[in-house]
Amino acid sequence: MRQFRFAKMIAAFLMGILLVQIHACSPSSQDSEGASGSQANENTTLTIATVNNSDMVVMQDLSKQFEEENPNISLKWVVLEENVLRQRVTNDIANRGGQFDVLTIGTYETPIWAEQSWLLPFENLPAEYDVEDILPPVRDALSYEDKLYALPFYAESSMLYYRKDLFDAAGITVPDQPTYEQVREWAAAVHDPDNGVYGICLRGKPGWGENTALFTTMVNTFGGKWFDTEWQPTLDSPEWREALTYYVDILNQYGPPGVSSNGFNENLALFSTGNCGMWIDATVAAGKLADPDESQVADTVAFARAPVASYPNGSNWLWAWSLAVPASTRSPEAAQTFIQWATSKPYVQLVAQERGWVAAPPGTRRSTYEQPEYKEAAPFADIVLTSIESADPSKPTADPVPYKGVQFVAIPEFQALGTQVGQTLAAALTGQVSVDQALQQAQANAVETMKRAGYIS
Amino acid sequence: MSSASSKRYRYLFVTVLGWLAAALLFFPIFWMVLTSFKTEVEAIALPPKLFFQPTFENYITIQERADYFSFAMNSIVISVGSTLLALILAIPAAYAMAFFPTKRTKGTLLWMLSTKMLPPVGVLVPIYLLFRDSNLLDTRIGLTIIYTLINLPIVVWMIYTFFKDVPKDILEAGRMDGASPKQEVFHVLMPLSLPGIASTALLAIILSWNEAFWSLNLTTTNAAPLTTFIASFSSPQGLFWAQLSAASTLAIAPILIFGWLSQRQLVRGLTFGAVK
Repeated sequence: MRQFRFAKMIAAFLMGILLVQIHACSPSSQDSEGASGSQANENTTLTIATVNNSDMVVMQDLSKQFEEENPNISLKWVVLEENVLRQRVTNDIANRGGQFDVLTIGTYETPIWAEQSWLLPFENLPAEYDVEDILPPVRDALSYEDKLYALPFYAESSMLYYRKDLFDAAGITVPDQPTYEQVREWAAAVHDPDNGVYGICLRGKPGWGENTALFTTMVNTFGGKWFDTEWQPTLDSPEWREALTYYVDILNQYGPPGVSSNGFNENLALFSTGNCGMWIDATVAAGKLADPDESQVADTVAFARAPVASYPNGSNWLWAWSLAVPASTRSPEAAQTFIQWATSKPYVQLVAQERGWVAAPPGTRRSTYEQPEYKEAAPFADIVLTSIESADPSKPTADPVPYKGVQFVAIPEFQALGTQVGQTLAAALTGQVSVDQALQQAQANAVETMKRAGYIS
Repeated sequence: MSSASSKRYRYLFVTVLGWLAAALLFFPIFWMVLTSFKTEVEAIALPPKLFFQPTFENYITIQERADYFSFAMNSIVISVGSTLLALILAIPAAYAMAFFPTKRTKGTLLWMLSTKMLPPVGVLVPIYLLFRDSNLLDTRIGLTIIYTLINLPIVVWMIYTFFKDVPKDILEAGRMDGASPKQEVFHVLMPLSLPGIASTALLAIILSWNEAFWSLNLTTTNAAPLTTFIASFSSPQGLFWAQLSAASTLAIAPILIFGWLSQRQLVRGLTFGAVK
């Protein structure tokens, strides 16, 4: 009998769901966004694909104001994990799915996707947008054949964070532009694992946007490069060996335990809880480390430019989270209107007004750095500005190279290759393979990738 | 040692082992729920904190940031809808295969299962194009169809196994009394194998509920289920484990409660026919 009662219960439940399903699929209950997109001046719904970074969350909150100012445009947000987002929108654009109207992408994808004609260019930007106000390296990084294909929402370089209290106690004065040799000495001086302080924290988690990004800046400044002018990989060069030996040694001697699983987020947590003496990473962490709500070292954190070794360029990276319009959109005008709003000077003012100057999107506009209020709220502003302005994606290495990009190589194959090499770097870090074995393996992977992609024969 | 006490020890050992296995399986869920009540800094503290001041902040932030109920509704409609559709297709198929097998029945069953061996990404582009041209992208119907197709081989296999356990003689007796094939299925076969069908349905619901690849790739906003809701809380730049844990707790809560409520049926269904 119980079985029959259960059967009835299940049947009733399923019938109920079926009714909901039928109702949900009936024309009257379906939203009409699909059709509305094509009618440019009537009600348009923009679908915006973005990542869950705090600046994007602020944008999502403040976008209500955009909807009030533009009553014929409503916004829908799709927030995804970075790699999922990249794969999802690539698939949609390549197959002309038309699911997205605004994309959040970086300086790596922009020129590659622009070359594929996947993005619409920003032409005839209005005078009040003041495109000249955008920092030139950022503008260049988002351009392809002299046309802008994405507008920067916030940009970052990399820099050195250190604990002023520990450095003062050790009698160390940090110059504006430290060197990697000094960093090694300082790491030894402040390393105190018994009290939970490790000399230096660096990215060890494998990934083209994680350890490979940081390590590529090290290779650059140690005088190395990924490829020579003929696209021949040079990962087994003496410069790579020197950089990898340095990286493995310093982290094994003065790094925290489990360093090969630490990425940006993990190191941010370690530094903000007082476990690191130094950290070289994205400038965007500065605002978080200086915020007493998020960081226990807010009053003792200090800043310097990313260290250099033998070659000054390419030691600090350049990245800009940017907004772009896919060629598959059904509402290009509305999408561009929104992007111009979200990357404009008034938007920066709006964030400052609503959330305080320290929350203003950094690294994109010179005017932001001319605001005395911003400089006061963000003591790291000058170093960030200098770092971004000095990053040169078109000349990242000592020798000439055929590619653009500081912490990456702007070719479609790099994402997979960079992650593969990142795994090899992590293996060297944990001692699974020696530095020489790691470099041989990385070189073999790079040669294979480049051969398969037809760059070399 | 007497045989009674050795039996008792064995019983005790098995019980302890059972509890250990259960604790091990449940631990990740327990840890996730615990993390959801921590602050972001506590969530990644080393060594991990077991005792802390619980906070509801993460749940509040999630409610402010995303419309949980619309995601949950999509999950319910899609997973239950696809399960229903799969059952409608699978019951007649399993009936035919269990009671009227042909030379190729075994082969057909194996072939059905082989579709599960293909990595989903292999058919992403064709499915995407089909969906685009049929206007099924970001619709509940689209996902319902996909989930039905994904789960169909397992559902057919399970129901086939349960049907095989029903003695043929009972069906024949029904047939002698003049039952039509429809009556045979509805009045004899289904009531007899109901625990099996119920546990199959529950499994299909759980599989659909947890599916992430297709839901992430085929939906944006209108039909996005809870798996995409979870995905939206991981962050490339910023701490997110506590919020992600809270989002995951909210996402698994309905199916967990549903699973607990129907535990008895599930266990009975899974052991149904085990002892003849």
